[in-house]
Amino acid sequence: MKVLNIIEIAYRATLEEQDDPVVWIIHAMKGAGADHSVLLSGNAVNYAVTAQGVPPLMFGDRAQKHAPRLAEQVAGLVAKGVDVMVVRECLTERGIREEELIGGLTMVKQAAVPKMMGGFDQVWHW
Amino acid sequence: MADKKTLTFLLMDAPFENARTTTALRLIDIAARRGYDINVFAYEGAVYLPLAAQAKHANAVHGTDAAEEDHPLPREWVEAVMQEAARNGGKLDWVNCGLCVDERGATESVAGVRRGSPADFWKMASTSDNVLVIPTR
Amino acid sequence: MADYLLIESRDPFESAEVGGFLDLAEGLAKEGSGVTLFLVQNAVMTARHGARPTVPHNGRVLSLAALATNGVRVLADSFSLQERGISPNRLIAGVTVAPLSAVVDQMAAGCKALWH
Repeated sequence: MKVLNIIEIAYRATLEEQDDPVVWIIHAMKGAGADHSVLLSGNAVNYAVTAQGVPPLMFGDRAQKHAPRLAEQVAGLVAKGVDVMVVRECLTERGIREEELIGGLTMVKQAAVPKMMGGFDQVWHW
Repeated sequence: MADKKTLTFLLMDAPFENARTTTALRLIDIAARRGYDINVFAYEGAVYLPLAAQAKHANAVHGTDAAEEDHPLPREWVEAVMQEAARNGGKLDWVNCGLCVDERGATESVAGVRRGSPADFWKMASTSDNVLVIPTR
Repeated sequence: MADYLLIESRDPFESAEVGGFLDLAEGLAKEGSGVTLFLVQNAVMTARHGARPTVPHNGRVLSLAALATNGVRVLADSFSLQERGISPNRLIAGVTVAPLSAVVDQMAAGCKALWH
């Protein structure tokens, strides 16, 4: 079964989870043999920006040491053979240039998404 | 049943916070009344849905005591749809994401809930007639 | 050609992303797929006659009637409508009242189901 995961929600609980929970579960399912592709849309296109990083985080004297590395998480999917696509218009709307992104991504026009969805057995919209 | 189906739902919302919980359990109830086999993978806050410790309370604004208020408890809804599925020849397999349970301390669930992992969700999804992911926001 | 069930739970008064989801519904219909857009929860706030939700960045009015005209079957959850006091007699043209069981019907029929 081929699944397209459209990820739209971003930076929700990423600091608490040290991960994006959706990207994480796709990693986990990939490990279980699943055939997944990913389409970053909405604010989630920012997950592919290389320059991002979490500043030091302290709560009283409790230092939070393991910050989420979202671009690396996405790059990890690419390295595992997951096709990771990005909606071009969502980048443009947010002023993000392609050269700011990690490698290995496929740019997709919004208008091409409906046809592309036809190539998958399921589409999960996160 | 010739047209018996298996549907899988992934839920992410914690109870008492979003209309998605009600809608999701309404969908599961409809499938249960049809005698479908239903899989639920509770991810993140949704592991609190079957939490055994949920308790009814009085409501001073309503002027009701706990019995009169009869506050809805999602754990009771979960138990009820499990029973409804069974009455109609179906089965509701509810799997709580184990890591989500651990980090939230949501270890005590109502009977019939089991612990699992994303691999269980994938197994459920790939053996179902259809899947609906209901993400949180 | 696959059929699609797009479940919209959000409303454009609160979320600009609703416009993109409705565009997706229209795009799928243009590709020749059978598309049902099921409005539930606050999404039904757009179905009341006279509602004029706009897309914030370009002021475009999101039109359920236009979607229906373009081949998208637009259903509104009867429970959500009643919950908000929206009369079935006051719906935008092209929007049909339906029970939530329509979602389970479509899932059982194998439609690709997306929640938003």
